[in-house]
This record gives sequence, C-alpha cells and structure tokens, in this order.
Amino acid sequence: MIPDAGLRRSIDAIWRIESPKVVARLTRLVGDVGTAEDLAQDTFLAALRRWPQSGVPDNPGAWLMATARHLAIDHLRRRDRGAAKLAQVGVSPDRVEVDFDADLDDDVGDDLLGLIFIACHPVLSPEARAALTLRLLGGLRTDEIARAYLISEATAAQRIVRAKRTLAATQVRFELPDAAARRERLPSVLEVVYLIYNEGYAASSGDDWMRAELCHEAMRLGRVLASLLPDEPEVHGLLALMELQASRLRARTASDGTPVLLLDQDRGRWDQLLIRRGLAALERAEELGGSLGPYALQAGIAACHARATTAEATDWGRIAALYDALSQVAPSPVVEVNRAVALGMAFGPEAGLALADELVEVPELRSYHLLPAVRGDLLARAGRHLEARDEFLRAAELTRNARERQVMLDRARQAAADAERPDTSR
Amino acid sequence: MKYMLMHYSNEANEADVPPTPEQIAAVSQLMGEVAQSGVLLAAEGVRASSYGARLTVDGEKVTVKDGPFAEAKELIAGFAILDVKSKEEAIEHAKRFAAAVGATQIDIRLVAE
Repeated sequence: MIPDAGLRRSIDAIWRIESPKVVARLTRLVGDVGTAEDLAQDTFLAALRRWPQSGVPDNPGAWLMATARHLAIDHLRRRDRGAAKLAQVGVSPDRVEVDFDADLDDDVGDDLLGLIFIACHPVLSPEARAALTLRLLGGLRTDEIARAYLISEATAAQRIVRAKRTLAATQVRFELPDAAARRERLPSVLEVVYLIYNEGYAASSGDDWMRAELCHEAMRLGRVLASLLPDEPEVHGLLALMELQASRLRARTASDGTPVLLLDQDRGRWDQLLIRRGLAALERAEELGGSLGPYALQAGIAACHARATTAEATDWGRIAALYDALSQVAPSPVVEVNRAVALGMAFGPEAGLALADELVEVPELRSYHLLPAVRGDLLARAGRHLEARDEFLRAAELTRNARERQVMLDRARQAAADAERPDTSR
Repeated sequence: MKYMLMHYSNEANEADVPPTPEQIAAVSQLMGEVAQSGVLLAAEGVRASSYGARLTVDGEKVTVKDGPFAEAKELIAGFAILDVKSKEEAIEHAKRFAAAVGATQIDIRLVAE
C-alpha cells in the first residue's frame, strides 16, 4: 500500500527526527557504518510498507528502533553464527528474544557520540566528513546535500559512498572514545561543524534555500554536541560563535540584495533570541575554564558586537584584547588583519597602521584584498588621503567581487577628493 | 525555519493546580529528548490567567482587566520555539508534546524571519 502524500510527509518528518538515533544504534550493533545505513534504509522501507495499513504508531521512535534491532540481529545471525557475537546483543543461539525496552533509553547519547566520531573521522577529507555528517546525523537526503554544496546529485552520492568505503578499508569501527581520545578527536568534529556552518553563511540571497539551511543544520549539530558533551568548553564556544553570528543574518543584506557591513547594520533586526542563547553558551564555556579556546575567543568578539546597542557603543578595547589572545592561541594572517582593524578602532588609526604596515610583507596576504582595504581606511582616518587612494585602488584590483570593487573605487575617489581639500591634504 | 508551538490550557491549569510528579517527569523527559535533538530554541510554561491581565483597545479606549479573563480552553498554557526543516517536523514534535503534557490543542505557527 503506497502512502498518500500527507502520510508520506509525516513519515519523512518522523524519519528525519529518529534516523540519527536509529543509525547510531545500528552502527553500535553491527560495528560498521555502511552496513548500518543499509539496515536503516530497510527499517525506513518497513515503516513505509506497514504504517499506511496499521497507522503511524503512538511511539514511532520505539517502533523504528525495535524494527532496526530485529534487522540487525538477523544480519548478525547470517553474518556470524558464532555464539559470542549473538551474546553481544543478548540473544541465545536457539531463539530470538528481543526486549524492546531494555536498551531503548540508556546509551542513546553514547550511540550518537560514537556515530559523530565516525562521521568526522580524521582519515576522511573535510568535505567527505561534512557530507557524511549531514547524511547520518542531519538526515539530509543526497539531493539536499547536492543543492547545499552546488554539486550534482551523482557527485554528492559518490562522496558519501567513497567516505564509507574509506572507513571500511581503514577498519574504522564503532567505539566510545575515552576522555583522552575524545579530547584528541573533538577538534576534528568541531572543524566539520564549523565548515558546514561557513558554507551556509556564505550563501547569498539568490541561492537555493538548502544552502542557507546549512547554517541551521550546523547549529542543530552544535546543540546536539552541547547536550552530549556538556563539560567541553570549546563545544559551547563553537555553539556561541555560530548563534551569535547567525543573529545578524537578517540584517546583513539590504532589500536590493547588497551586503551591509556589520557596523552599518540595523541592530533592530538582530535576532535577540539567538543573541541570548549565544551569550549563555559563551558563559558556559567561560565557566568551564575555556575562555581562551579559539572558538570561545571568536565568540567573545562576536559577543562584543552583540552587546553593543549601537555601533558607537562597541567595546573595541575588549575586541582588540581578544584578537590579541587569538593571535597567540590560533594565529593566522587573517586574524592579524582583523587585529589591526580592532587596534585602529580602539586606539586610533596610527595604532592600527603600526600592525597593518608590517602585514604588507606577509606572503599569504599578498593577494588578500581586505588588507589594502583596511590600510586604506586607516590611512584615510589618519589624514593620509593620497596613500589611502592608492590602497583602495589596489583593493579594487584584487577583489573578485563586482560590488566590492565598486565600493573600493568609490572610496578611492573620495580619498582623492579629500586630498584636494586644502585643510586635509597631505 | 522556526515554528512556535503554543499549547492550550485546561481547568486544572487555570485553577493553578500544580502538575503531578508523573507529569513533571514526562515533560522533563521530553524536553531532554528535544534538546538533545538540537531543535529546541526556547520553551516556557505560562501560569494561570489569574496571575496576569488582559488589555483591550476599542478605538481610543484602553481597558485592562485582571485575570481570570477567559475560558481555560481559549488560553495558552505555554509555548516552545523549534528550529526545524519542515512544518511536518514541527507537527511531529507537537504530537509528542501533547502526549507528554496532556494537551488537547496545540497551535503550530511559522515564526516570521
């Protein structure tokens, strides 16, 4: 019996909610994630066949988990007739006896954690990890992953197949990492979540809805991690960073689609619920002693903006101090450029230029258009208009974004005009 | 997309009868599961209307009336905001919620973005 459209949508929604737990439990039972996903698919098909006749069960999650368990036991019996294997799932070789309630409630968190560590395994490339995580833990279909990443469905499917093959080939099995192993593997997990988030954050207003939805998927994953690993400060730090940045999503494009810089945004459009949640997550990170983690530091910077009711009220001194810490804990040339901006805002353009001038020598920044843009801005504020004009022209040359180029050319023109005025020319 | 779930009150709630330990446990269990799923953004219970007030505006005339001010089934008793991928997902969560709190009506509304 084929379900009607409405029933089918309900079943899809139920599967979206329950599948991560089902896949996680199956992975724990059979050991490898490829087999687990196949068995999960069979479980879903069983629901699609049964529920149109019997109605959706009162507790669909329990039904799915029990069915999955049956399928796993059948699979294990076929695969390995040894008594030892069957003993692992509490089954005697003579008859199948399944206690539906025994393990339904406990260890669901452990199951999910084990699955997350597999999907984010460092043996996989970052894009493979992202695709696998979105599929197994986000419940995204292949076509949804394809739309989100602007790739073909075939490419997305291949990415996932290859990822599972790599895991099988390198014998990655379900395991619950101990505290030391967790600490070692957690950065890889957080990196994947933030990668997914940034992919979504980069979406522009004309893009497919699934692209922007990646931000929300990443935040959901972040919340799952926060509930599974409540004592890990960087988990809360990353969640804080994502929620605080997301609070500005509604304000960052004008009605005609042009991007609006943070300092020019209408703060009335910032999402106060996400700000409240982000600040709370940051506080948890700090309470756990994690205020110097890279994600917590970046969240701290985002929090400074979130707390300022107007751009003028921004605590630039604190932002400069946070960038200072970040440049020691997680240095990168881009962090240094941002640090120069913060120094310029907190202590005057000369302070920013003292750092920005040094950054001109850094090889990685040679074609980074924001460096001359930042230098140009600092030089203009320091009254050095002709030099500012040159920097804006250079930034216009380097940027690949047409709108950005126009903004830089406009600023160059303005700087040239300011150079002409007798009282400001230098 | 964000959905707001609002569940409606009953006589016991309006009479300020405290929830039973079983009810508290059921809600607590459900909230834990929803939080672990990553979709819960906010949730609050709302006390009997006798603790609140109703403001009505009729042209220029503004009237404030202390509670109680309506029948239990017309009043909300709490809300939750969920970040989900579809309306159907919000509905599924609402079904579980209704079972846990014994609600007879839950409105599911799309939050403006």
